[in-house]
Amino acid sequence: MPTNKIVVENTEQGLHAKFHLQHPQSHFALNVDLTLPDSGVTAIFGQSGSGKTTLLRCIAGLERAQQGHFVMKGETWQNDNFFLPTHKRPLGYVFQEPSLFPHLTAKGNLDYAIKRSGIPLPAGLYDQVIDLMGIESILKNNSQQLSGGEKQRIAIARALLIQPKLLLMDEPLASLDNARKQEILPYLEKLKSTLNTPILYVSHSVEEVMRLADHVVLMEDGEVATQGQVEEVFSQLTSPLLFNNDTGVIWQGQIVQQDEKWHLSKVSCAGSDLWIRNNGDSLGQQVRVRILATDVSLTLTCYEDSSILNRLLVSVIDIIPDQDPAMALVRLQTEQNTLIARLTYRSVDHLALEEGKRLWAQIKSVALVR
Amino acid sequence: MLSASDLEAIWLTFKVATTVTVILLLIGTPIAWWLARTRSRLKGPISAIVALPLVLPPTVLGFYLLIAMGPNGFIGQLTQELGIGTLPFTFWGLIVASVFYSLPFVVQPIQNAIEAIGERPLEVAATLRAGSWDRFFTVVLPLAKPGFITAAILGFTHTVGEFGVVLMIGGNIPGQTRVVSVQIYDHVEALEYDQAHKLAAIMIIFSFVVLLSLYSFQRKNTLWGAK
Repeated sequence: MPTNKIVVENTEQGLHAKFHLQHPQSHFALNVDLTLPDSGVTAIFGQSGSGKTTLLRCIAGLERAQQGHFVMKGETWQNDNFFLPTHKRPLGYVFQEPSLFPHLTAKGNLDYAIKRSGIPLPAGLYDQVIDLMGIESILKNNSQQLSGGEKQRIAIARALLIQPKLLLMDEPLASLDNARKQEILPYLEKLKSTLNTPILYVSHSVEEVMRLADHVVLMEDGEVATQGQVEEVFSQLTSPLLFNNDTGVIWQGQIVQQDEKWHLSKVSCAGSDLWIRNNGDSLGQQVRVRILATDVSLTLTCYEDSSILNRLLVSVIDIIPDQDPAMALVRLQTEQNTLIARLTYRSVDHLALEEGKRLWAQIKSVALVR
Repeated sequence: MLSASDLEAIWLTFKVATTVTVILLLIGTPIAWWLARTRSRLKGPISAIVALPLVLPPTVLGFYLLIAMGPNGFIGQLTQELGIGTLPFTFWGLIVASVFYSLPFVVQPIQNAIEAIGERPLEVAATLRAGSWDRFFTVVLPLAKPGFITAAILGFTHTVGEFGVVLMIGGNIPGQTRVVSVQIYDHVEALEYDQAHKLAAIMIIFSFVVLLSLYSFQRKNTLWGAK
């Protein structure tokens, strides 16, 4: 089998991943055929056992699928008669549990990557990574003395210093408690906005996906249930995974006005304006907001005399049964976005909701995701 | 004082044990690596063969080796082809026999240490562009170091302590195959209890000191590892 060299097949863009894998001992099978963007953060999202990690391991060459095909920006890493071993793939990998080499110091772990990256370290990159992950003060420590969160930050820095063309992250926060998660999430957000390396981010946490992802691949039973822009995927109600207390939509917007007196900011999301609490973001800042279905109520008339700040004129797209038999999820069209409201069937009946009906949505709260 | 032949026996024992330890580390490591990581059906049979010297009387091992290395045995034919002659009753014959005899004492600690490392550090190293040799020297060796040290000490001391195999394969040739254990036996046969006492006491003290340092080393290592 010819190995060792990356074959440049063509100049096409994007990542193409096609894997068919059957585990000999279990019934689990992975069956995916994906084209993904080659920039930004793509979340591979799904419940445990849905094949997210297996997909990532196949891409890294850590798992060998019976049939595998992976092309990144025209470079073939793997096809039917070619398999580039993991150590020859230009990738970085962050494992679920912080996997530092215990016999090396924190800095020793970073040096391990720098020595092997095969690319001279550009001036400033080292300091930038150290600064980005906030690990200056713990570099000299033995890796066994570090907390879980610190270890994972070192592991992320190590994966960056190998200067990957593709960064694979397998639930990097899953093994940490909530406080540690909140400690690392901002670093990941900074990472995303600083680096132009594409990132594949495996997660089962809605929060992480909403905060970090641009693109989402939803996995179910080893197959891709749906994929698309994060706003699109969360406004669809095609997957049971999206039916829970977290059901809601994500909107992308820009801060267009600051109200100093009431400490509010006005966010313009594709034609719909929302007032949110001023979080100190500056004018013109791109933000992402999340509106939970439980925070949306519907009225036939526009109540000016209400405590609700955000009211939008909407029309009903469709009405979908919730898992709870008393509840319905009503998808609504705003100017250019989709909104979801969770109502009782009694209210649906009372308001005589039907497709195309126009009415007012009252939004009780809008969460700034980032 | 120790006689010249006693000193010669001690020096020979040291030479045999050192040579055997070096050879065992070189051939035991790949065997241990394979046993630790294989999913082959041969794992069971190979493990059993490696462990055989633990339970067999040394005379059984020595007997078959004597036959195999003799003029009509397959090892003997090979060595004769190569113009080395036959191995029994030579220094190198003793080395070959000791390698078989001490094999499990070297393979098992290394195998356990490699198994304890698991897949993950090797996968991590692979994602950091480390090829297989690089992974072995920069990840496996340092992480399995306690196992290698234990293996070397056990291999060395076990070789120093062998007797039955030496009698079967090596005989009693001064400077060639007459190691300390055989020398003690000779002294007792000749009723030279004084001489026997001295050598026996040296053996006890040596073995005790080595095992003591081994166990304190292991204790220190587990304490450090558990922190």
